[in-house]
Amino acid sequence: MADPLLQLRGLQKSFGGLRVTDGVSLDVVPGEIHAVIGPNGAGKTTLINEVTGRLALDAGQVLFGAEDITHLSMAARARRGLARSFQITSILPGFSVLENAALAVQARQGSSFRFFRPVAQDAALNIPALAALEAVGLRDRASLPAGALSHGEKRQLELAVALATAPKLMLLDEPLAGAGPEETARLIEILLRLKQDYAILLIEHDMQAVFALADRISVLVYGRLIATGSVAEIRADAEVRAAYLGEDAEA
Amino acid sequence: MRRDAPAIAVLLLLALAPFAGFGEGHELTLLARGMIFGIGAVSLALLVGGAGLASLGHAASLGFGAYAVVVLDAAGITSLAVVLPAAMLAAAGFSLATGAIAIRTSGVHFIMITLAFGQMAYFTAASLSAYGGDDGYTLYGRTEVWGSRLLENRLAFHYLCLGALAFAWGLCRLLLASRFGRVLRASRENELRVQAVGFSPYPYRLLAYVIAGALGGLAGLLLANSAEFIAPTYLSWQRSGELLFMVILGGLGGLHGAMIGALVFVGLEDWLPQLLGEHWRLVFGPLLILSVLFLRGGLAGLPATLGGLRRG
Repeated sequence: MADPLLQLRGLQKSFGGLRVTDGVSLDVVPGEIHAVIGPNGAGKTTLINEVTGRLALDAGQVLFGAEDITHLSMAARARRGLARSFQITSILPGFSVLENAALAVQARQGSSFRFFRPVAQDAALNIPALAALEAVGLRDRASLPAGALSHGEKRQLELAVALATAPKLMLLDEPLAGAGPEETARLIEILLRLKQDYAILLIEHDMQAVFALADRISVLVYGRLIATGSVAEIRADAEVRAAYLGEDAEA
Repeated sequence: MRRDAPAIAVLLLLALAPFAGFGEGHELTLLARGMIFGIGAVSLALLVGGAGLASLGHAASLGFGAYAVVVLDAAGITSLAVVLPAAMLAAAGFSLATGAIAIRTSGVHFIMITLAFGQMAYFTAASLSAYGGDDGYTLYGRTEVWGSRLLENRLAFHYLCLGALAFAWGLCRLLLASRFGRVLRASRENELRVQAVGFSPYPYRLLAYVIAGALGGLAGLLLANSAEFIAPTYLSWQRSGELLFMVILGGLGGLHGAMIGALVFVGLEDWLPQLLGEHWRLVFGPLLILSVLFLRGGLAGLPATLGGLRRG
């Protein structure tokens, strides 16, 4: 296996007496989708927040490539190539769809302490931004206000914004959350395409989607990883079935 | 460029005003005052409408500009070539020092901390006995331009204020449309999103705060010259509140709103006492409240509001 792109080593986090992350260690290698599943309240989003730097850890290490990024800010991690999407859609509703993506391009491209040239016509930003929109099928929506998109399209825009930062690794927090059956099918198709170019740490509730997308799966229960393995191994794991999959695994 | 039409129309009207029945001394004084507070309001609108930073201490930067004029005047320095950079730098420096702390906070805390810094500046000015303390300081001449007393000429002063207003508007307008401005606007809409793509909003906000402060200093310089008198009340939080009110009255939809808000505010402040005598504030206050309640887009949004009513 190739050297891991992301390594989590013994992550610990408590909120008061509650251990939300309890000794989590896992890695993501280039070109794979590593999915983290687990029941509600298992600490999945917390884990993403720890990896992105939104939450500070009590103990443990986050390595990105060879670099220890445990103490870097969220913005500094993003600039190193760690992009995230949010479970609850987090876009700029008053900005156009294009501007949402162009802001992300701007973050990785040169300086934003430029004061006089109108940014709306900045081709150096708009061309990569349009490419990101194209990749998620939103190009024809570019000039709409982002707030006017449908729910599924907003989920697509979340992905486009992450893409536009030219990431090395994408952390996707329930990219299918709240999407209808047709939207889900479209998003899975997009994710399969992204998988060819990016390593992805995926958190997702939709088991069908996880089994279709993931190379490896880790199961998180009450802040602890109880298993990590291939799709087949996880499906067969008795402890996992008891803790989480239940009848769903038979379906 | 259609978005700029209202602002340019206001500036053109101001340019024509002296020849269209507003050429008398009192009227020119009033217009100058409106334009000066217009600069203050436009620079505040860069913060409030652009960056989402509702400062309740913006009058302090005007005060720093005005007191720079006083301090230099007392030292016998009255040349605009010195006074102008000094006023803007003094205000920018104050904004840098206080903004570096204030911008670490947000929401109500930001409002309170800017208010506190503003009041500190106010009490400091009031204790400067060398410059009149509470009683203020009277300038015996306006700032000189290359040794000439050009600014004593009312018309020249009118166009200087207009030029400064156009400069302030143009600068803020360019800034908001630039890469820098996009980061500011995006941070106002969704700070978390901006951080998640790799920006730390702090340096952008701080720089905007400093630029707004420098423009406030410019307004302060003109204010001191307009009144030829400076008192600590220029720095008080009530004055900051008035500036904020001008911005909201005019509307946050664009920078021209702040200009219109300032002109209307100053106009009403002058006109209502003539009409209603000493209790004019009894009408002024409710009028302001009603405007906030019923003019969601401010005065600048009035055409859209009326259009919406007509369509039902």
